[in-house]
Amino acid sequence: MQFVWAFLVGGGICVLGQLMFDILKLTPAHTMSTLVVLGAIADALGWYEPLVDFAGAGASVPITSFGNALVHGALTELEQTGPIGVITGMFKVTSAGISAAIIFSFLAALVVRPKG
Amino acid sequence: MLRGKQTWWFDSRPVIIGTGTVVGPDEGAGPLAADFDLVHAELDLNQKSWEKAERLLLEQASDFAIRNAGIRKEQVQFYVGGDLLNQLISNSFAVRELGLPYLGVFGACSTSMLSLALAAQLVDSGAAQYAMAGTCSHNCTAEKQFRYPTEYGSQKPPTAQYTVTGAGAAVVAASGNGPVVACATIGKIVDLGISDPFNMGAAMAPAAVDTIQTHFADTGRVPGDYDLIVTGDLATVGHRIALDLFARDGVPMQDTVFSDCGLMIYDVERQKVQAGGSGCACSAVVTYGHLLKRLNRGELKRILVVATGALLSPLSYQQGETIPCIAHAVAIERGDA
Repeated sequence: MQFVWAFLVGGGICVLGQLMFDILKLTPAHTMSTLVVLGAIADALGWYEPLVDFAGAGASVPITSFGNALVHGALTELEQTGPIGVITGMFKVTSAGISAAIIFSFLAALVVRPKG
Repeated sequence: MLRGKQTWWFDSRPVIIGTGTVVGPDEGAGPLAADFDLVHAELDLNQKSWEKAERLLLEQASDFAIRNAGIRKEQVQFYVGGDLLNQLISNSFAVRELGLPYLGVFGACSTSMLSLALAAQLVDSGAAQYAMAGTCSHNCTAEKQFRYPTEYGSQKPPTAQYTVTGAGAAVVAASGNGPVVACATIGKIVDLGISDPFNMGAAMAPAAVDTIQTHFADTGRVPGDYDLIVTGDLATVGHRIALDLFARDGVPMQDTVFSDCGLMIYDVERQKVQAGGSGCACSAVVTYGHLLKRLNRGELKRILVVATGALLSPLSYQQGETIPCIAHAVAIERGDA
């Protein structure tokens, strides 16, 4: 059952992105940024954590989860260290993803040459 | 000589004495493959960049055109051409190798007939004995220039078109054997407010219809005077819109065969090209490779090629501007027509 909910929730987020792309004619970059912002707002309202508990990877894999993690890290650090925590905490939860993107891009650039 | 409002009538009947067409693998897998001088199996032509590949296509097409015309390179007095890349680098770099006096022109995908009309005008006015028209496009350079780099893997809607990888060149001479450039109608810019660069066919269709109707008004000809009228790259969506516009205005297009180079170059059902082909090379290789061969074989006597161009820039559509479009028509006929 967990897989079914992960599929439906994750798929639902993707459908949302596809609709933005096809109907609102947003560019891929705008579509992605909008989803990040929606995830951030959802976390601020306290909605995203329950969604992750419910749908697992269906909510944690799509890009909305990145927005959620940005806000979540900032708010957690705000509680622990005060206002400066908003700045220091913003990339705390997301650091693994960002560092991985940089490191793997670097490794890929060593062996292949982009042409597009 | 000017006839009507915007049509040049070439009284001296300049002749296309030789053409050259070179294409990439997707065009080589299409229904017209046998009509091209050279089909490359590799999209990159073993070059270091797509841009280098595109300019090599044009160099090879120019070489074929000169060879097929049976003249020496030095005899060509002027080269007229353009492409889709910023500052027309494909043409200026390719003509650097040729060492010819060069007139760079930009008409987006209408460049094929824009350059042919100008070359014919040069010859007809006595400014040249031999003038060459050329153009080229490459799928990957055009995607990068106008949409997204191919590696980005961005989705394309079904109304999008597939840029032809190829180059076409034609040598126009004051006399000789070959199809005759009878007249040319230079188009006006038409912009009905479409701003989606993934729906160029719909944006360009009104421009094509405008130029074709002006051509009939200027020359007194009717659709039935042509065995074939082809637009450059309206593809599925734009072709249907053009047919609707002709029907609305009561133009008897059923008296001729009305088609589109973007629908002819690929097997649109089988090949994954969305709505059909586009790009400068689309109308150039279909006309210079396929249609002129059919004229020479006598299957066609007189055709009207209406190359369509979308005059947008990446900057203009990112700023939300609409797409100004243009179409240039050139009538080509057998010498005995």
